[in-house]
Amino acid sequence: MYAWIWRRLPGPTALRLLQALLLIAAVSAVLLFVVFPWIEPHLPANPITGANTVGQ
Amino acid sequence: MSSEDAGGWDFSAAAATPAGGLGTIPPVPPPTNVGTPGSGPGDPGRPGVGNRVGNLVRTFVRGVGQTLITLGLVLLLFVVYEVWVSNIFAHQRQNKVRQQFSQAVQKGQDPLKGQDRLNLPSGKQIVIPAGEGFANLYIPRFGKDFAWTVVQGTAAGDLERGPGHYTDTAVPGQLGNFALAGHRVGKGEPFLNLDQLVPGDSVVVQTAGNWYVYKVLGDAKKYAAASKLTSKPQRAAAIVDALNSRDSQGVPGREIVTPDDVAVIAPVPDNSGLTPTRALLTMTTCHPKYSADQRMILHAALARAVPAKGNAIPKELPGGTL
Repeated sequence: MYAWIWRRLPGPTALRLLQALLLIAAVSAVLLFVVFPWIEPHLPANPITGANTVGQ
Repeated sequence: MSSEDAGGWDFSAAAATPAGGLGTIPPVPPPTNVGTPGSGPGDPGRPGVGNRVGNLVRTFVRGVGQTLITLGLVLLLFVVYEVWVSNIFAHQRQNKVRQQFSQAVQKGQDPLKGQDRLNLPSGKQIVIPAGEGFANLYIPRFGKDFAWTVVQGTAAGDLERGPGHYTDTAVPGQLGNFALAGHRVGKGEPFLNLDQLVPGDSVVVQTAGNWYVYKVLGDAKKYAAASKLTSKPQRAAAIVDALNSRDSQGVPGREIVTPDDVAVIAPVPDNSGLTPTRALLTMTTCHPKYSADQRMILHAALARAVPAKGNAIPKELPGGTL
């Protein structure tokens, strides 16, 4: 997968490196600011205050 | 060409070595490489079927490996989110709660309806709208910037907006226990540094109508003696000992309990059956840091309460307020 992406990036190695870093940054941003906030409430075993637990 | 090889198709080197582990399997040329001398499926002496099976196996194994590595990186990124990025969202929510509370107060719509007062009887229930901010919390030990609007309720959604008030516990100033829960790490982490409080530290609560100054419990004499110790580890241990000391009613300044120990937020902490004779404040948070195995509990007792008058603030808050 990573090799496939690398081969499809245009330009010389330096330019490809820059594009690869931008891709990584974009994917990380989507995960951190969209996917994780959305998925987090659905995760199990979040130690939440309830009838028999105290605090966080 | 060389940069393409560096992109992961470097098995041709292994294939060129007769004794190499993968040497018997011909290299996989990338689609753009078809026809490259010495690496194509048309190599003399290499069966085409073996080539194809080898290619499939190699592609599969590589795919599994890359997927696992990717999953590992995503999990690491999730930790970054939990510890760091979740704070950004929580602070946005807290700012909104704070604005709504101060606007409500300005409009004369106090969520407590002005019913909170010094030594309000413990039986008196005051209903506060769920999730709404109704008081501001200041802890001078954490700097003048430490100010949080407390929300009603301790559901996950409430605690992502600020410290949450255990619904069934007392309101500020009321006889009994004004109990709060807050996150230790991430999601705003209001109670990150709760372990740094010492006996006698002020915890100031501001409602629409009043100021309440609570002081952290624990043995003040032991603390005074402890703070004179020069050896750091000895001093730390002595301060913890002072904090853990229980007063005449059996309430310590600080205790570490298991998550199911609900007696710590009882009207008289650790004595669920007793009728309260004083106003306490209890803060609960996760312990140790980055874990949810235990809870750190801080108890404080009301030292004084003053009605809010204009912009006057208690002397315990030298740095001002929100």
